[in-house]
Amino acid sequence: MIFLEKRPQPSKTLSYITPVLAVLITMVAGGLLFAILGKDPVAAIRIIFWDPLFGEFAFYYRPQLLVKGGPLILIALGLSLGFKAGIWNIGAEGQYIMGAIAGAGVALALYPLEAWWIFPLMILAGALGGWAWAMIPALLKVKFGTNEILVSLMLVYVAENFLSAMAIGAMKNPEGFGFPGSRNLQQYPSAHNTEIIAGSGMHWGVAAAFIAAILAYVLLNRHLLGFQIRLTGEAPRAARFSGVKPARLVLFCMGTAGALAGLAGMFEVAGPAGQITTGFNVGYGFTAIIVAFLGRLHPIGIVLAGLLMALTYIGGEAAQSALQLPAAAIQVFQGMLLFFLLAVDVLTNFRIRITLGETA
Amino acid sequence: MTGTLLKIVGLTKAYPGVVANDDVSFNIQEGEVHALLGENGAGKSTLVKMIYGLVKPDSGDMAFKGTAYEPSEPQEARARGVAMVFQHFSLFDALNVAENVALGMAEPPKTRELAERIRTVSEQYGLPLDPWRLVGDLSAGERQRVEIIRCLLQDPKLLIMDEPTSVLTPQEVEILFATLRKLKSEGTSILYISHKLEEIRALCDEATILRLGKKVGTCTPREVTAAQMAEMMVGNELHRPEREPTTPGDVRLALKDLSVASPSQFGTSLKNITLEVRAGEVLGLAGVAGNGQDELLAALSGEITNAPGMVVLDGTEIGAKGPGPRRRMGLLTGPEERLGHAAAPNMTLTENALLTGAEREGLMSNGFLKWGKAKSFAEAIIDRFDVRTPGTETVARALSGGNLQKFVIGREVMQRPEVLVVNQPTWGVDAAAAATIRQAILDLAAGGTAVIVISQDLDELMEVSDNFAALNEGRLSEIKPAKGLTMEEIGLMMGGAHGMEVAHV
Repeated sequence: MIFLEKRPQPSKTLSYITPVLAVLITMVAGGLLFAILGKDPVAAIRIIFWDPLFGEFAFYYRPQLLVKGGPLILIALGLSLGFKAGIWNIGAEGQYIMGAIAGAGVALALYPLEAWWIFPLMILAGALGGWAWAMIPALLKVKFGTNEILVSLMLVYVAENFLSAMAIGAMKNPEGFGFPGSRNLQQYPSAHNTEIIAGSGMHWGVAAAFIAAILAYVLLNRHLLGFQIRLTGEAPRAARFSGVKPARLVLFCMGTAGALAGLAGMFEVAGPAGQITTGFNVGYGFTAIIVAFLGRLHPIGIVLAGLLMALTYIGGEAAQSALQLPAAAIQVFQGMLLFFLLAVDVLTNFRIRITLGETA
Repeated sequence: MTGTLLKIVGLTKAYPGVVANDDVSFNIQEGEVHALLGENGAGKSTLVKMIYGLVKPDSGDMAFKGTAYEPSEPQEARARGVAMVFQHFSLFDALNVAENVALGMAEPPKTRELAERIRTVSEQYGLPLDPWRLVGDLSAGERQRVEIIRCLLQDPKLLIMDEPTSVLTPQEVEILFATLRKLKSEGTSILYISHKLEEIRALCDEATILRLGKKVGTCTPREVTAAQMAEMMVGNELHRPEREPTTPGDVRLALKDLSVASPSQFGTSLKNITLEVRAGEVLGLAGVAGNGQDELLAALSGEITNAPGMVVLDGTEIGAKGPGPRRRMGLLTGPEERLGHAAAPNMTLTENALLTGAEREGLMSNGFLKWGKAKSFAEAIIDRFDVRTPGTETVARALSGGNLQKFVIGREVMQRPEVLVVNQPTWGVDAAAAATIRQAILDLAAGGTAVIVISQDLDELMEVSDNFAALNEGRLSEIKPAKGLTMEEIGLMMGGAHGMEVAHV
């Protein structure tokens, strides 16, 4: 018989090992999946994990790692605060969209004015847009006890429709020959989120992600608020006893996550994406949930996990074109990563006991 | 309907450090409702677990219908005709009633057939229950019916019920009692565990009273008063208070007409509690579990807030303030539940020291935590209260109950409270640790702190209290000096005076 026995203390070592283990198991299971699809599993895994970093075209892929990783990290950091406290914001995708619309809205309203303060104003608007969108589920939860998972998730679809309405309506490029989509902010110098070092992929959003990681680390490890967040997640009753105000914590965690997601959206629309289009959002807000857990809800872990996830995006695209792997296969692959992580996670709190013969 | 159904002779069961049952003998007659009465920790649960085959006795014999009875597992007990309804239900919310009942059967019949049988039995015994309803939609009383019907389907000779009314409304209690009386009239014996005295008087034919694992008496509940039973339950050999009441200082904490609706469905609401505690005074609050102790502590800690004037600390109205401001002003509390309430199970002792000590001990500045100081504070608690732990970085749940209790009480004591309120400060703690904790409480009082000790341990209360009162159904009895109280008076304060609301049957 195989038993799971609770460890007296969660294993520190294993909490570091399990993410790596999960990645390895995902590679094996993913390889099997690709083999069933009739593709060479070894080649597929190599194209996804190795080629973007060290292959022939690595010079093109490497900057992409930051471009794709930046928003994932930024969003995941925000989400991780809430997740630690047991507050489940699943709607980062919507907050990301609303941040982008707010940021782009500022730029489009001011076009063609050139001024140094436009970009900072866009940053502020982006953060506010995401924050406001996150405040809807937060306030509903605090005031009426609604479930933030459902409300935040459903608001994603509202945001998506709003995005479409903007792309073909109010924000449509008047000089765009009737095509849907806004003006391209890359061609509007005051609003363009440029690369800090040309060709590195390091735009302002990536910088913001790294700064956010440091701030999150300080918050969680050195500040009372971070302690209260962890305490609430560990033992809600003890948190109340300690003096934590649950409502305030919900507003803070949801608000921060929303603001960071909004920032990510704004940096994306002003930089790599360039314009508000109907297909602007590509699921960063959802993938960031995986990133947050893969990174153990720890700021440094999230940075690493964000980069790893960016790699599967880039490698996945490469595999799609090189091996004609269906896009869904890559999504399944990313989903597996979270699945296996949660599965092997059991090992940090339990140890496996194998006994032969009769049961006790 | 005469004849002994279950004969218990000399049952003994010891756990490390505690004898749960010590040479307990009694008989249950056929068709009798037999009460097993005792305080928390008196050994009632262990005893019935032995009868139900969940725990193996160290020594002693049982005979069921005249033949030897040594169940090694519940299945064997059930096969002989012993069924048990537990205090905590084991039902699946997502399944319907019939499916839940089927889960407990070795060879369940078809669901449709079973549903029919459930309906028949439920009507026969006056326990209305729709077999097709989801358990998740049922009230606690209805869930209990599922458990009872599950037992009745086995056609038991002996039905054990562990504190069945603790989750019931008064109306549901009446329905339950009617069912139990019907069962009894059909010859089924019932072993009824409770510490609610009026209920036992209303329902039971015989009572066996346990105290600290030993059988201390039997009685016929109808023929004695609740106060007499309470006296037997808590024992006559009370330590008389050794402390002379100190000259009372100023009033530190006053509750004025404090009424609190319980946040939990089965909690007890507090009703018009008025009391004063003076500097240097220890006020002991007795009461059987579930009479408003948790709610009172929450109303004092600030976890439940109320009208400002209901709680007054040193002349300041603080009823509407939360735990943080109250702690800042010197009102510290120690809840009963160590893990999950007083301490976070998966956090280290350093972090748990921070949990209430952050502000008063200066463990942070401008919201930034000083981990070094927090660690020193944790170390100081461990040192002074002799907490056995490998170190400050051990998580709270790795500590034994007694050691963790010393830590969480020590954490409050070391913050030099102006007023300290503790609930069950020595619950489940070994004698040495309990003595340490009580001494710390007395030292605090000697230093001018006003202390409220809420406890179910009357010996403890008599040892530490200057004044004494009891909670009953969320009301507070008259406050009397602890010195000179007789057992009779205490019994009346705990249950006799107001009359129980629960069991008007």
